[in-house]
Amino acid sequence: MQSVSIKNVEKTFSNTKELGSFTVFDDISLNIQEGEFVSLLGPSGCGKSTLLNIIAGLDKATKGTIYVGDHLVNGPGSDRGVVFQEAALMPWLTVLDNVTFALKKKLPKQEAKKRAEEYLKLVHLSRFLDSYPYELSGGMKQRVSIARALAMDPDILLMDEPFGALDEQTRSMLHKELHDIWEKTQKTIIFVTHNIRESILLSDRIVLMGTRPGGIREVYPVSLDRPRDTSSTGFIQLEKEINSVLAKEIDKVMKEEIGDGYSR
Amino acid sequence: MVIAVRRIIFFATLFTIWEILYRLNQVYEVRSTTLFPSPIGAVEQLYIGFFETGILTEALSQSLQRIAVGFTLAVIIGALLGIVLGISKIADETLGSLVIALQSVPSIVWLPIAFVLFGVGNTAIIFVVTLGGTWAMTLNMRMGIKNVEPILIRAAKTMGYQGKELVWRVMIPASIPSALTGMRLAWAFGWRALMAAELIGRGGLGRTLMDARDFYNMDLVIAIMVIIAVIGLIVEYLVFNKIEKNVLSRWGLNDNR
Ligand SMILES: Nc1ncnc2c1ncn2[C@@H]1O[C@H](COP(=O)(O)OP(=O)(O)OP(=O)(O)O)[C@@H](O)[C@H]1O
Ligand SMILES: [Mg+2]
Repeated sequence: MQSVSIKNVEKTFSNTKELGSFTVFDDISLNIQEGEFVSLLGPSGCGKSTLLNIIAGLDKATKGTIYVGDHLVNGPGSDRGVVFQEAALMPWLTVLDNVTFALKKKLPKQEAKKRAEEYLKLVHLSRFLDSYPYELSGGMKQRVSIARALAMDPDILLMDEPFGALDEQTRSMLHKELHDIWEKTQKTIIFVTHNIRESILLSDRIVLMGTRPGGIREVYPVSLDRPRDTSSTGFIQLEKEINSVLAKEIDKVMKEEIGDGYSR
Repeated sequence: MVIAVRRIIFFATLFTIWEILYRLNQVYEVRSTTLFPSPIGAVEQLYIGFFETGILTEALSQSLQRIAVGFTLAVIIGALLGIVLGISKIADETLGSLVIALQSVPSIVWLPIAFVLFGVGNTAIIFVVTLGGTWAMTLNMRMGIKNVEPILIRAAKTMGYQGKELVWRVMIPASIPSALTGMRLAWAFGWRALMAAELIGRGGLGRTLMDARDFYNMDLVIAIMVIIAVIGLIVEYLVFNKIEKNVLSRWGLNDNR
């Protein structure tokens, strides 16, 4: 498995419509250890997806560097599996083929198929192997995309609000599955979410991001014993603490977007 | 069902009115009777041409062979050209503008050059048919490649796909719906170009139509026009529309999802 180190990363979008150029964040540094589970938490638009895409190698940082282990990231690679905010399934492939599509580069056909079936079973989609994406609900598509990333067995899993579109039951079931997989495989996971509880439930560390100026506000280590109990005092206390800071950040975004008319 | 019944009634009425006009003209001779076609006569000519003399069977099969070759060439050339234009910015800026210019030239105006190049025969006509369909195929294929959802390409990149593989495994399959539209248009343009070329060239339905006119057989002229329309309708509406519908829903592009 691999560590991830983010060093002084800045991302500026030049030639945006209204602003000319727009700096999402200007100096993010973060070291993520091998096998660590880190959540990125923050208001909408603070740059969580942007940072994840830079780590994935899909976007270039304007400044700064990212290392995976001791190798510099300068493009996408199958050592880093990504679950995108949208499911990003190939519409012309069946559910099964969508997962094997990700494995074709590294496994022989039969093995790829077996592995794909295994992971689709894990996300409870065994009955839909031959369905096409247009026949699935949003949550089901997202589960296919999770199965696809897990089946690739990457050193690092980058997950962008993977459970955002799911109902509470499926979500907590997948929390458990993800936790088990993580424990078993010791993968390094970077997990973007809006949900404070989810982040406390799963992470070793929670990185709280903010906007204007964009960047890391706080880092909370979570030392509660696993499996975690959402009703324990430690859990609730941490939730409150994070919530008060996050609420301030969200307030700031709201004020900027809505203007003076906004009040809480 | 209701629509089908309405259509049948509509066409039957049209047919009857026309036949009545034809008979009235035979009595009062407002127009020369030899030059006034009758719908019943046209049906007779269809029967004779297909089942007795065989001239329509032969003409139709020659035309279909020409469109088959011309259409296939147009699709292959158009698809390749479209992929190149969709992928390469330089090709798009140079070759692309030439394609757009060529697309606005009705392909029949190539016929004189085709005669010079290939002689007055099959090849010249197939050349014109191919040109008729190629540009529509090219431009639609190009559109398809350009409009592939970026997230699909990004996703494939994280799975280790790159370069040529991205083109084959993601960009081309993702643009199948556009390619199909291109094929339907290539067929429609090709069919029209074929008929125009045959009116001037040799063999096929178009030439037979001109011959029929030269013998003042207006019933046969109408019969051939009906064949041309029916073939056009069958391929455009029954074949392509069906395929397009299936593909669009598979690709999640249907409105009534
Ligand atoms: N291609 C782009 N061009 C210009 N600006 C962009 C682009 N992509 C993102 N941005 C801007 O960067 C900022 C961060 O976007 P990002 O998608 O990373 O936010 P996020 O934290 O993931 O939000 P959410 O929680 O809503 O997904 C936003 O203000 C957005 O407008
Ligand atoms: Mg996002």
